[in-house]
Amino acid sequence: MVNLTARAGIWLVLFLLAGIAVVYAGDTAFAIQMGTVAAACLVGLLVTVRGGDYSALARGFKQAPDNSVYYDDVIRWGVIATVFWGMAGFLVGLVIALQLAYPQLDFAPYFNFGRMRPLHTSAVIFAFGGNAQILAAFYIVQRTCRTRLAFPALARFVFWGYQLFIVLAATGYLLGITQGKEYAEPEWYVDIWLTIVWVSFILVYIATIMKRKEPHIYVANWFFLSFMLTIAMLHLVQNAAIPVSFLGSRSISAAGGVQGAMIQWWYGHNAVGFFLTTGFLGMMYYFVPKQAQRPIYSYRLSIIHFWALIFLYIWAGPHHLHYTALPDWAQTLGMVFSVMLWMPSWGGMINGLMTLNGAWDKLRTDPILKMFVMSLAFYGMSTFEGPMMSIKSVNSLSHYTNWTIGHVHSGALGWNGMVTFGMLYYLAPRLWNRERLYSLRMVNWHFWTATMGIVIYASSMWVAGIMQGLMWREYGADGYLVNSFADTVAAMHPEYVFRAFGGLLFLSGACIMTYNIWMTIAGKQRDEEPLYSPPFNPAADRPLVAAVTSAA
Amino acid sequence: MTSQVKEPFQWHGKVERNISILAVCAFLAVTIGGLVEVAPLFYLDNTIEKVDGVRPYTPLEQAGRDIYVREGCYLCHSQMIRPFRDEVERYGHYSLAAESMYDHPFQWGSERTGPDLARVGGKYSDAWHVQHLSNPQSVVPESIMPSYAFLAQTPLSAGEGGTMVPEMKALKMVGVPYTDDQIANADKDLKAQASDSAGDLLSRYPKAQYRSFSGQPGKVTEMDALVAYLQVLGTMVDVESASAQEKLAQEKGR
Repeated sequence: MVNLTARAGIWLVLFLLAGIAVVYAGDTAFAIQMGTVAAACLVGLLVTVRGGDYSALARGFKQAPDNSVYYDDVIRWGVIATVFWGMAGFLVGLVIALQLAYPQLDFAPYFNFGRMRPLHTSAVIFAFGGNAQILAAFYIVQRTCRTRLAFPALARFVFWGYQLFIVLAATGYLLGITQGKEYAEPEWYVDIWLTIVWVSFILVYIATIMKRKEPHIYVANWFFLSFMLTIAMLHLVQNAAIPVSFLGSRSISAAGGVQGAMIQWWYGHNAVGFFLTTGFLGMMYYFVPKQAQRPIYSYRLSIIHFWALIFLYIWAGPHHLHYTALPDWAQTLGMVFSVMLWMPSWGGMINGLMTLNGAWDKLRTDPILKMFVMSLAFYGMSTFEGPMMSIKSVNSLSHYTNWTIGHVHSGALGWNGMVTFGMLYYLAPRLWNRERLYSLRMVNWHFWTATMGIVIYASSMWVAGIMQGLMWREYGADGYLVNSFADTVAAMHPEYVFRAFGGLLFLSGACIMTYNIWMTIAGKQRDEEPLYSPPFNPAADRPLVAAVTSAA
Repeated sequence: MTSQVKEPFQWHGKVERNISILAVCAFLAVTIGGLVEVAPLFYLDNTIEKVDGVRPYTPLEQAGRDIYVREGCYLCHSQMIRPFRDEVERYGHYSLAAESMYDHPFQWGSERTGPDLARVGGKYSDAWHVQHLSNPQSVVPESIMPSYAFLAQTPLSAGEGGTMVPEMKALKMVGVPYTDDQIANADKDLKAQASDSAGDLLSRYPKAQYRSFSGQPGKVTEMDALVAYLQVLGTMVDVESASAQEKLAQEKGR
């Protein structure tokens, strides 16, 4: 009871503080943000006081007792949050793709492209990808350490605190609150909040590893650990800033000019390297062997490629700044390390794909495994494309064009998207104690719509990017530039439309997944033909030599 | 007697059985690249050298820059001209490090959905900018830029609580050399620059342009601030001067 009062008191104090911030806010946008915080505190207060069994609610409509040795409530919430934010992120992506094709779809000021684009990138990277990795880390660390999650209450704080971070960031963008740095747009107070949440995340994770019952720390956990530590470092340096006022939404970035650019892309490229690679590799190292029911192909390869990957990735940032005012030596370092990075990246792909040795036949019957394999294929493709684009002469053409956008999406949709979908399909029946997914055929449909969507997306952006690059530098026989900039914009229109169509396909696949997972949680099973059943012909079911007996 | 074959990577067993060793090694591995690439930029000459003409933004320009950031202009427009023939002919002299030294945050951008803006200052009239921002397709039919007509209707409430002073103080703390005089007169200078009488603005910001940028004299709107910012972009360094041209002729690639 004392505990309850104390908890309710903390919520009340936080609520009042947020309320004071609303009243004394320096700008309207900040007042709205603090209002959101106050609302979140109020919800926390009500939940505390009413003491509802929301964990049971998350376990599903058919109550399943939590008699597992593992703490999975927060992981169930994570599955739902990942699906939700994924849908939101993909939908906003489709909207901004259409805005580029049809600018009439911009609605000033809140829904202009410039404010919607960070909403899309953050929703997909931090909300969809972040939730997926938090849930994967919590799920995998318990299984591979054979122990229950440490500090369950702190884990719940990590989950809900992270959702508050997403809501504050997302609504802030539409209100025009931004630091103006790509993939690090949230302002100072949201950054501080994320730091608290992230440190708690690391605490829960490391404490769980420390009480493990296995002597070895499984390779997936190496990747998760380096993901958490590196993101903490990147986040703190990139977001170093001085708030203009402690009751206002704006801050002044500590670094500017060349130094700011270098720090930005040191951060930005490793948002890709660590937020979108190492955590997802951790996922791959657990779920691919599980789904294929084969051990990881090579232990030694995993050692080499882990250390090489994390050491090399951090150097690659300057390839975003080729031929800019950044000193030459830094650009060259960035290029050389990016090319080297190709090898450890493919080490991960090979280790994943070769795990299927002796289990390749399962691809015929198991669409979830098919998703994992496709995600590894896209990982290999984009980690070849990336080093190629980081070569200065290639980059002189590709930089500033939509080729980069295509490259990012073949990685994000193909690799991160597919591996996450596979994980969600793997987890849904297990977490809610269902015999199987609602429908495997729907997984197959999802697989093909998503794959088609990515291929259309990436190829339209290749064409668009190379076309842009060539048109910008095209000279006529008279020695003058052939195209005005407006000409190149007009030429992009069909590619923008194709791209939006690819995005629509990808989103449709995600809709199918949402329905499938929803029905799985609801405890339903679709009555359907199995995906693969060899036809049985009774007439052929006889000995090859017919007249053996009559010979006697 | 039998010589024991040593398993390669046996040493790794120690690392992967101890979370402390693993965490420390993993963290060390990811710090090195950043240290080597970022730290020198704070003391190397060609990244911190000052170039004639580069000055901190006036309060009105800085307020315009804040709007540029707020609206996410950097997501479609770069401010970094690379030293290629086509870019130099299309946009102007390639960008120098010093030209963005007072930019917190930098706005070099990563994409050219629209053209580069590093040297857009002085290329178009104020009226063109106002018309283009209000209805882009009316001056460039192929444009896919959204409309920013609301800027001309929104009175400029610069910085926090309608004053630029706290923001300029914060900028000074991160190294932008604003004088106490400039900070004390920030709000006065802001209004003066958006009017036809400069007052003593020019004593604090030499060569600053002053006029009603949005063509609505007597009012200071967000449009004034944004156009003032666009009109100063890339104009601080006189790249056409004889000395600059001589330097350009000697430079071999980058």
